[in-house]
This record gives sequence, C-alpha cells and structure tokens, in this order.
Amino acid sequence: MIVSVASGKGGTGKTLVATSLALSLSDDREVQLLDCDVEEPNDHVFLQPEITGSKAVSIPVPRVDEARCTYCGKCAQVCAYHAIAVLGNHVLPFPQLCHGCGACSYLCPEKAITEEHRQVGVVEWGHSGALGFVQGKLAVGEAMAPPVIREVKRCANRDGAVIIDVPPGTSCPVVEAIKDSDFCLLVTEPTPFGLNDLVLAVETVTKLGIPCAVVLNRVGVGDLGVEEYCRQERIPVLLTIPLDMEIARLYSRGIALVAGMPQWKSSFLELFGRITEIVDERSRSSKR
Amino acid sequence: MKEVVVLSGKGGTGKTTIVGSLAALAERKVLADCDVDAADLYLLLGPAHKQTNEFWSGQVAHVDADKCNQCGLCQDLCRFDAIHEFRVEEVSCEGCGLCSQVCPTEAISMKETMAGHWYVSDTRYGPLVHARLGIAQENSGKLVAVVRQEAKRLAREQALDYIISDGPPGIGCPVISSLSGAGLALLVTEPSLSGMHDLDRVLGVCRHFGVPAAVCINKYDLNEENTARIERQCLSQGVQIVGRVPFDNVVTESIVQGVPVVEYSDDDVAREIKQMWRRLAVMLANGTN
Repeated sequence: MIVSVASGKGGTGKTLVATSLALSLSDDREVQLLDCDVEEPNDHVFLQPEITGSKAVSIPVPRVDEARCTYCGKCAQVCAYHAIAVLGNHVLPFPQLCHGCGACSYLCPEKAITEEHRQVGVVEWGHSGALGFVQGKLAVGEAMAPPVIREVKRCANRDGAVIIDVPPGTSCPVVEAIKDSDFCLLVTEPTPFGLNDLVLAVETVTKLGIPCAVVLNRVGVGDLGVEEYCRQERIPVLLTIPLDMEIARLYSRGIALVAGMPQWKSSFLELFGRITEIVDERSRSSKR
Repeated sequence: MKEVVVLSGKGGTGKTTIVGSLAALAERKVLADCDVDAADLYLLLGPAHKQTNEFWSGQVAHVDADKCNQCGLCQDLCRFDAIHEFRVEEVSCEGCGLCSQVCPTEAISMKETMAGHWYVSDTRYGPLVHARLGIAQENSGKLVAVVRQEAKRLAREQALDYIISDGPPGIGCPVISSLSGAGLALLVTEPSLSGMHDLDRVLGVCRHFGVPAAVCINKYDLNEENTARIERQCLSQGVQIVGRVPFDNVVTESIVQGVPVVEYSDDDVAREIKQMWRRLAVMLANGTN
C-alpha cells in the first residue's frame, strides 16, 4: 500500500507526519519512506539514514551532428518547449528548456540528432534501522523536479508499506509524487492560509481519484475554518497534533516526533490502521 | 524601480506574513504573489478584484478513438508514460506532441489548455497581481513570469518605487522564474535543521542566478543555538541578516483576522519587521541592483 503525505501549503508538518508514520510502522513490518520533495528533501535530517547506493538522474537532450544536418528546421518546428532553434546555418539546442521528449531526434529527416544525458539530480537509497529509505535531490539551478521524482518512485517496493513525502503546492511535481497512491494524507494547520491551501490540495487528490483524510497540526491558536470545511465535505480528520513548544523544539533539532516523544507512536499506528480500513473498504465497494 | 522577491526554500517559514507586513510598510509599490500553486497573500490584503485574465499555456494530446487503429506507436514513444490503452492520461501528458506527429492514422490532436487565471486587484496597500494555476497543471514558471511582467508594467505605468513579490517554496521552476533578474532576494528561514538545510540550497540558487540575498530569521528564539549557526554561516558567505523575528502567537492571530501583523500589534514581532524594512530600504537605495 502506498500512502502519500501532502499539503498544498508548505511547512504544515508533512515531514513530521511522514517520518513519524514510517518510523512507527517499521517496528514490526516492512516499510519504505520515499522523500519526493526533491527540491528541499528533509527526511534525512530526521532519519540520519545510512546511504548505501545512489544513481544520477538525467534527461536525454539533443546532440546535433552538424555534418549530417541540412538546417531544414524540422527539429525547431516540432519542439513544443522552444528548446532547439535553427538560425541560418546554426542549430542551437537550449538544454535547460528541454523536457527530453525525443521528438527532435525521432523526427529529424537526416537522422542528425542523437541524445546525450544531462544530469538534473540524484537518487540515493539506504536505510535507517529497519526502515527503507529513498530520496531524490534536484540539482541547484535546475528547474524540473518531475524526472527526479519519477526515479525516486521507481525504487518503491510495493510488497510492503510505502510512505511518500510530497512537495508542497498543487502543480506537476505534486501530481508526479501523489499519482498511483492508494491514499493521501493532507496535513494542514487551523488558519485561513491552511484552509485556503487545503481546499486546493483536496481538489488535486480528487482529480486524481485518490481517497484522502486530514491531519490537523498545531491545534491551539487559529480558527475553526478547517474543521468546518472537513465536516461539510465529509473528509475525516484522522489525527490532531497540538501547538506544543516541545514538539517544535524537537523538530528544530532534527529529532522525529516518535523518537523524542515515543508516546506518539500509538497515535501513528492508529492513524495507519484507519487508513488501511478506508482503503480496504474502498476496494471492497469497487469490487461489488 | 526595485524588485524584492521573498523566498525560503522550506515552506511555512513566514514568507507571506513578511510580505503582508512589507505591503503595509513600504510606500509606492506594487505587490505580486508568485506562489501561483497556493496563493495566500490576498487573504491578508483584502483585495477588490479589478480584472481577471485567462492563462492559456501548453497543450495536451487527445486520441480520437474512431480513427485510432491501436498500433501502439504512441505508447511506445511517449517518454512520460502518459498513454495507456490508447487513451491519454491528461495529468501525465507534458504536451510534447510527438504522439500526434507520428500517429499513422492522424488520430491524435493537440488541444490548448487553459492552465489557470491571473488577476489584478486593488488593495488598501496598492495594486496586487496574483494568479491561480489550474489544479494539477504544468507551467507554473510561465504563469509566474506573467505575474511579474504585469507587476513591472504597473510599476512603470504608475512610476512606483518597489515591486514586492511573495515567492513559492522550493528551488525549482517557479522559484527560478520568480527570482531571475530580481534586485534582491529576501530569504525567510527558521532555526530548524530543515530550515537551515533548505536555506543553504536556496542561497545556492540565488548565487547561480546572480541575485543578491539577505536573510530574515523568523521564530529565531525557537532554537537560539541554531540561530547563531545561521548567523555565522551567513556572515562567512557575506550574506547580511536583516531581521530576527521572535516566535509569537500574535502572528497566527493576525492571519485569522486577515491583517498584516504590523497593523495588528505593536509588540516585538511588529517592531522587528519594521526595523527590517528600514534596513532593506537602505540596501535597495544603495543599489544592490
């Protein structure tokens, strides 16, 4: 089963929930944590994993053999990203804009375009105790996170439980990280910002047809907007975490909640139990 | 005209809180919300919508089942794994168009997508340009570019002194689009190991694109040891710390009330942010540009 942990708004506690959920489960079952927030991966801060392997992530970009090129301009015409231009007797590829779709090389009538690899990031794997761990890192200055996220997800071991830490937002990196999940936990906080971004996150998972529930973090100050919204939309709130300076300090020191306050472990196991029930119920009703 | 973009790497460190306050403090400015995925700035500024524009960008492939002979070539060639059972999964399609070029029965067409909206609004602090990317859409970087372009146009037209933009979290496409060519990046961080790790990466992006950076440590008293480490690291890299804002529930209360915190309270948080703006104004006047 794949459970992704997402939020819309950044800094609501995705990493806290993902690491504590994965660590709690790893006591007695096979579980893997995939950090798909490849722009700013932070799970490693809390897990201090032993990294046992890594792999470069690259995208194929065009290389033009000028000896064969007739400057016909077909490549520039078919490129949807304006990543290759033909000016007189010059072909200019712009690798930073290239999505690696392969259209130019496939469609070149002279077969003058081959592909070379351009590295955009790295995937690393290892473990923290019994917990399997994979993370992606987008190289600084690179724009496109989805190819790195795709590579992280290729390392998923679907035999056990897989927890995915998703980047914030609602656009393509989020979709890449969430899709194919069996369930999505949306972590938010009880403020107008938290509510605004939760509504967007719910629209995103709904569009992908993935069932979701809410974890409400930093409960104490704030307002009741999120709870009212969840009631109206019948979205279960499966866990609430209070605004607590002790929790904030543990987080600031890079200590996972269940490592610093083990009494929270039962709450995370219960959370996973509820998720399993919802997913099972859904698969039963879809078979009916 | 000077453009300040507020970034953080890590989400939730207080970018929008700071931008909302700068909106109240700076004179003669246009505001831009470049977090087009999850735009929250408008919640603090109480805007009256003046103008709504559609954002058309990118394409998705569409298979005409009547013309399709199920040869499977499109599926074999698609690098984005977006075609299954001779149907296009729209959220995976990156709009490259290779499938439509190669289809032997011309069954695949490319359709323009309406990828979101952008708005120009009036607020009591000046004009605000903001946007909303359609759910699960691509091209957030292009929409950010549209927001910045419009903000620049307004600033020029009204001869305003500043563009203040609220940036997205992360270091990828929309961040690069918010940052490139800006006069100054204000990086809002917090003294957590995650915040520090993310600050380091976003500082790297600023260097990569040659944009000068200044740092604000928010909730600095949450972990003063880490705050001291951030200060040392910034010092060694020649990056100025322009603000140290304490943790206070008054910030959350001001968000609930929907007003910038400098207008909601006059305690330490507000005092620090006001002082920070004075320092930033000096930096901008001295031409970090």
